Amino acid sequence: MLSKFLSNDILLFCYKIPLTLKKRNKKEVRPMMKELKSTQPALHLEEEEIKRLKEIAKELRIWIIRMIQQAGSGHPGGSLSAIDILTVLYFNTMRHRAQEPEWPLRDRFILSKGHGVPALYAVLAKSGYFPMEELLTLRKTNSLLQGHPVVNTVPGIEASTGSLGQGLSIAQGIALASKMDGSLYRVYCMIGDGESQEGQIWETAMSAPKFSLDNLVVFLDYNKGQIDGHVHQIMDLEPLVEKWTAFNWHVQEIDGHDIAKILSALDKTKGNVGKPHLIIAHTVKGKGVSFMENNIDWHGKAPNPEEAERAIKEIEKIEIN
Amino acid sequence: MALKATRNSFGETIAKLAEKNMQIVVMDADLGKSTMTGEFAKKFPDRYFEMGIAEQNLIGTAAGLSLAGKIPFATSFACFLVGRYETIRMSVSYSNSNVKLVGTHAGIGIGEDGNSQMGLEDIALLRSLPNIAILQPSDDLETQQAVTWAVNYKGPVYLRLTRQKLPDIHKENYNFQFGKGDLVKSPSQLKSKNKGIALIATGGVVYNSLQASEELEKDGISIPVVNIHTIKPLDQDLILTLAKDYKTLLTIEDHNSIGGLGSAVSEVIADHGLGIKVVRHGIPGFGHSGSPEELYEKFSFSSSKIKELIRSII
Repeated sequence: MLSKFLSNDILLFCYKIPLTLKKRNKKEVRPMMKELKSTQPALHLEEEEIKRLKEIAKELRIWIIRMIQQAGSGHPGGSLSAIDILTVLYFNTMRHRAQEPEWPLRDRFILSKGHGVPALYAVLAKSGYFPMEELLTLRKTNSLLQGHPVVNTVPGIEASTGSLGQGLSIAQGIALASKMDGSLYRVYCMIGDGESQEGQIWETAMSAPKFSLDNLVVFLDYNKGQIDGHVHQIMDLEPLVEKWTAFNWHVQEIDGHDIAKILSALDKTKGNVGKPHLIIAHTVKGKGVSFMENNIDWHGKAPNPEEAERAIKEIEKIEIN
Repeated sequence: MALKATRNSFGETIAKLAEKNMQIVVMDADLGKSTMTGEFAKKFPDRYFEMGIAEQNLIGTAAGLSLAGKIPFATSFACFLVGRYETIRMSVSYSNSNVKLVGTHAGIGIGEDGNSQMGLEDIALLRSLPNIAILQPSDDLETQQAVTWAVNYKGPVYLRLTRQKLPDIHKENYNFQFGKGDLVKSPSQLKSKNKGIALIATGGVVYNSLQASEELEKDGISIPVVNIHTIKPLDQDLILTLAKDYKTLLTIEDHNSIGGLGSAVSEVIADHGLGIKVVRHGIPGFGHSGSPEELYEKFSFSSSKIKELIRSII
């Protein structure tokens, strides 16, 4: 396991080079980048890493469809919108040990939008916390894999969520404990856009900066949809950047399906800035399956076998470049 | 006679225990001056978190701290804390997290502030949640021991405390036993003196119940009094023993008469098909403002009113 982390760290170090360059004028940098590409193995590694992560996300999208189809119910829309971020976290950024889920120094991930749990189960299984086949027992009567995350029962699940708004407070508590203990582990959390209508989210938005929790990194999966319709119609959240900035968070806004951008945003959360981090990830509900994309009906509906077949065929066609 | 509110006993005890146990954390929601956490905050500023008036976040953050190995005591008024029921349900009960919820200002005994500040349904709500132990000590010494027990117990605990000062009931050699009823007044050996009633009380009204029983003793009527400090899990064996010897069990609690101690006792009686009478004396509805003493008269919790109640049953 140690070698895995070492290699991750090397990779992190490597893609730092072009990322710093990107901050400069693009036109000025491009020829340099080209040159670097031909000479620097680092860039090759970065590209390879992104490709590797894309391949994993692609495979896990198929598992998400399979498990929800098998379960006959579940939330494909918000699982597919979240999977790219979860893939980057579990297969690049987070230090964790599938064979030792309780490793005290592990980075933690809390899925506050608990209904997206098929995506979380998928990254956990792929990481080796439990066998992939277990995924197909999702939501079944005697399965470990409940319809929403449950702590203390499934290895790798850090908190019981599913009642919206609570996971962020829990993540804050763990981040606070990490600071108290002088530990270096970080806490990652994902909240939903619809979830951001909960008052408790804003209670934590107010408190995390008070405790200077720069070891807390929160992704907002901004897929713009919720059960009853479009977020902006149900209860608009905008202006989001301004709101979280005003609450004194370090705020970034990215394309939540662009692996390089996710990596880059995570890179900017390193170091002690004294503020918690919010990454507003613009995502597409149902990403990767054309008939599910941006279609509210697929928030909480399982595909039938034919639909699942079509969805999987589409995902299989996704080109990794 | 020494008088102390159980919230004060809690504040002193937790500050003392935290000297040896580094994992203890105390959290407030802008009521630290009332939940008596000031001493702890002063001694251990790095382990004290003021969460502001945001109880959901208070409870959720406590759950997170406990998941990372801390022993958080999340404190507020009983009504505000348990008012965030669903947060407790998920983040504490379902997660079986090692969170200690401390609800002070239990019952109408708080007096003038009135109904909005009174915890009157908290036991009823929490009793239906799995995993949570519910404790309500009746005096200073018992509170000290209950808090010590809660620190060492791994799992969620709800501690229900009073605003009003309470007289001492227990002697120095008292030994708090989790889940066990505490016989504070034994039944008379003379059968002729027993009138078929046993008193079961919890929290601040245990003293008043004891006093009522002692006054009746002077009139030749002997009524045993049991103090229930652990409402969940309830001492079922003790209830069954009482049910064998008495025709009526009178439960007394400063809490709504539905869902609290009285209901818990009734459930045991019904489950075993014992068919004896349980008189559930509690608050029939909402509370209101007034001096604690006057409210205890009005709602029949003073010793003289409890005595009247017993006489009416006899």
